[in-house]
Amino acid sequence: MKRILKLNVNGEDLEILVEGHKTLLEVLREDLGLTGTKRGCDLGTCGACTVLVDGRPWLSCLTLAVAVEKKKITTIEGLAQNGKLHPLQNAFIEKGAIQCGFCTPGMILTAKAFLEENPHPSEEEVKRAISGNLCRCTGYVKIVEAILSASGRESRGE
Amino acid sequence: MSEFNVVGKREPMLDAWEKATGKAKYTDDLSLPGMLFGKILRSPLPHAKILKVDLTEALKVPGVKDAISGRDIPKRKYGIVPKAKDEYALAIEKVRYIGDEVAAVVATSPEAAEEAISRIKVEYEELPAVFDPLEAMKPGAPIIHEEVPDNVSATIRKEFGNVAKAFKDSDFIFEDHFETQPVNHCPMEPQAALAMVDHFGKVTLWSSTQIPFFLRRNLATTLDLPESKVRIIKPKVGGGFGQKIDLYAKDFCAAFFAMRTGRPVKFVYDREEVFTCTRQRHPMYIYLKTGVKKDGTILAQQFRVIADGGAYNSTAPLMITLACFFIMLPYRIENLLFEGYHVYTNKPVGGAMRGHGIPQVRFAVETQLDIIAEKIGIDPLELRLKNAFQAGEPHPAKLLVQSCGFSETLKKAAEAIGWREKRGKLPFGRGVGLAGASFPSGVSNMSHISSGAIVKIERDGSVTLLTGAADIGQGAETVISQIVAEELGVRIEDIRITAADTEITPLDPGTFGSGVTLRAGNAARMAARAAKEKLLEAIAEKMEVSPGELEMKNRRIFLRENPDRGFSFEEAIKIYQYSDRPMPIIGRGSYFPPAKEPTTLLHEDGNFSPAYSFMTQAAEVEVDPKTGRVRVLKMVTAHDCGKAINPMLVEGQLEGSVVGGMGQALYENIIMEKGQVLNPNFLDYGIPTAMEIPSIESIEVETNDPEGPFGAKESGEGTQLSPAPAIVNAIYDAIGVRFKTLPVTPDKVLEALEKRER
Ligand code: FES
Ligand code: FES
Repeated sequence: MKRILKLNVNGEDLEILVEGHKTLLEVLREDLGLTGTKRGCDLGTCGACTVLVDGRPWLSCLTLAVAVEKKKITTIEGLAQNGKLHPLQNAFIEKGAIQCGFCTPGMILTAKAFLEENPHPSEEEVKRAISGNLCRCTGYVKIVEAILSASGRESRGE
Repeated sequence: MSEFNVVGKREPMLDAWEKATGKAKYTDDLSLPGMLFGKILRSPLPHAKILKVDLTEALKVPGVKDAISGRDIPKRKYGIVPKAKDEYALAIEKVRYIGDEVAAVVATSPEAAEEAISRIKVEYEELPAVFDPLEAMKPGAPIIHEEVPDNVSATIRKEFGNVAKAFKDSDFIFEDHFETQPVNHCPMEPQAALAMVDHFGKVTLWSSTQIPFFLRRNLATTLDLPESKVRIIKPKVGGGFGQKIDLYAKDFCAAFFAMRTGRPVKFVYDREEVFTCTRQRHPMYIYLKTGVKKDGTILAQQFRVIADGGAYNSTAPLMITLACFFIMLPYRIENLLFEGYHVYTNKPVGGAMRGHGIPQVRFAVETQLDIIAEKIGIDPLELRLKNAFQAGEPHPAKLLVQSCGFSETLKKAAEAIGWREKRGKLPFGRGVGLAGASFPSGVSNMSHISSGAIVKIERDGSVTLLTGAADIGQGAETVISQIVAEELGVRIEDIRITAADTEITPLDPGTFGSGVTLRAGNAARMAARAAKEKLLEAIAEKMEVSPGELEMKNRRIFLRENPDRGFSFEEAIKIYQYSDRPMPIIGRGSYFPPAKEPTTLLHEDGNFSPAYSFMTQAAEVEVDPKTGRVRVLKMVTAHDCGKAINPMLVEGQLEGSVVGGMGQALYENIIMEKGQVLNPNFLDYGIPTAMEIPSIESIEVETNDPEGPFGAKESGEGTQLSPAPAIVNAIYDAIGVRFKTLPVTPDKVLEALEKRER
């Protein structure tokens, strides 16, 4: 059964007609064309589909779109503000934390939520924070480095 | 310090920005108007005759537009190695493993396709199946492919020196058996394909592929079309590691249905399909016999390797040959006998995976070297140094090794792990270990090895580069752009690259055998040079000097002896143009490596890779005797990659490869029961997460290879060869138990510790 869904995605209020059983991942990718959110497993085990719901990291493949109505959803496309990249995005680029890039959107969003809660984390804390986001390319080393460096930048208000 | 401006710099990947903002498009991110969604029906049985496939009910599902079974497709076999083709895009007469493709449908929604698949009725006649290669080789075993009655689809035997005599001359002889497990590549992006047919009947396929030109060849074969009617475009690819080399049913089905329906068609595999129905690292049984002198000199080695190939060949002959060839390096082995068998079983299919056949044998060799060292009372590091191959040495099998930093990687890795202070000296439960390896920079594959490039210098001073090289996330496009920028003396941002589109870009063998930087890099450099020569000629004429006196650097062309005399790049282009020379300024390059296809070298001596990289991994581990858990505290990887074109990307390759290798040493294993994969998901399979990673020190040992572009060699694959033996050797140092079967899981550790106490 289709129904009208009211979503707030990347600061924009939207009304869309979708099947009630659709996941947030499907709605983002297929109905809204926001393909930056990736499908790595569709089972809640890889983190590639992570988006922010009211600022918290959320596995969109396990979430029904109807369940996040009226909440604020942020996808990777909504992270840069007025053409200015988020410090985490810059750090990932400069530190070589991106190889194939398939895990990147989920990684960056997870890291964003984490740094907001813990602006000066230790390396161990960073590793724990991203332990639900799998990456097969980088061995995580440069990802951890990038997150740590972004945390430094954020605290200096850059 | 450096004489280079762009080469050797830590440039971020050219497409990192797109990837960081979610704009990068992978195959599944693409869609076309009117697109249909496909789904494949797979065999629930490991071995069976297909008696009947009834599609009637499936076609009745609302939204379903078409359905096919194996009987509807051209009877054309395909395979990566031309002489080992043994697979149909969909199974025709029988299925050979659980997951084999039986039928497929397309519908207006994925849900309808899913529903239709469940309504297809297949009648099978179940056949006896065989799951172990040793069983499959026995007389009377079920025959999986009629043409191969003994199930051994590839055999090799290579011998040089006098093995029997060398064993007789040895002071000690060691014989051991080793076993390795099936491993899945686990690229984060599942395989996907999108096809479209134009009104001339030409098929365009966007595919998550590592090797577009080879895919074109195989796809044209299976569709029974001329190659000119097939165009492959590679969008962003979310990792491959060898798993995206083969053609899969999704490629064929997308194209075939697009031809039949006239609509665009997309197929995307789910994670379970990636785990069970693509490719995996070949499990192997390895028997290894080594003869040594008292002083540790290796006199001879004899191998018997049985690789479990699963239901089809994929790269079989190449894989087993590579396993053999990389016994011949990085140590000096004067006498060698290698016998290898690739055996069919009713299981998921083995294929190329980072290291391709070599990590398994390397595990055996490097583990046994430690056994030898202990027995004859030599330090394992000394034993390796003693037998290490050196550049320029004549090779017993005539490999041409022009640069070799192996000894240096051994010394540097040992130093970084604290070998002298730690080996044998840490408290119980802590230990260090190391292991060496060598890898080709590019493997030739059946007359499919030359790489082409085109470089155009545009009127506005930008440079257009066309290369067939396939960037699958390793940064090939960035590295090749750096090479071109360096050659032309421009900035990397001046280069605009178009890659991996079989209609537009020149031929390239694709991403496999770790050869992209060397092959495609050389081709691009040749193309850049050719364009540059044209420009220099015009400027030389204008300045009344000879082209050889000119230099191109920092976007200027100037007299080497008097750098003030010259022109900016833009001025130079104008001069070229106004001297009535033909525009555009275009250079072409085509690189053919001076090396032979590996399987031909089984019968003759010769060289098979343009260059060889060398590496040592060292590990420090901590074993918890209560839980049996092994924690890798530190990994050192010292890698001779020639000249690192982009050290940051090289480090990234090394780090990723090491962590993958660690996963394969300690956790990863495709568990099967009667051909059924029991853990086809990340949760149960368990690739390393950020929590398990050790501190990693990567050391780039730079040698300057005369064949590589600016001296570069490979960096991506070789590093995955030896993390496992380094870790296993460290475990021995920690708890005195030697493991000869991978992976070393906690239960194995506990069991071994218990046994030891008794
Ligand atoms: S796609 Fe959602 S966790 Fe993998
Ligand atoms: S960069 Fe490829 S999976 Fe993380």
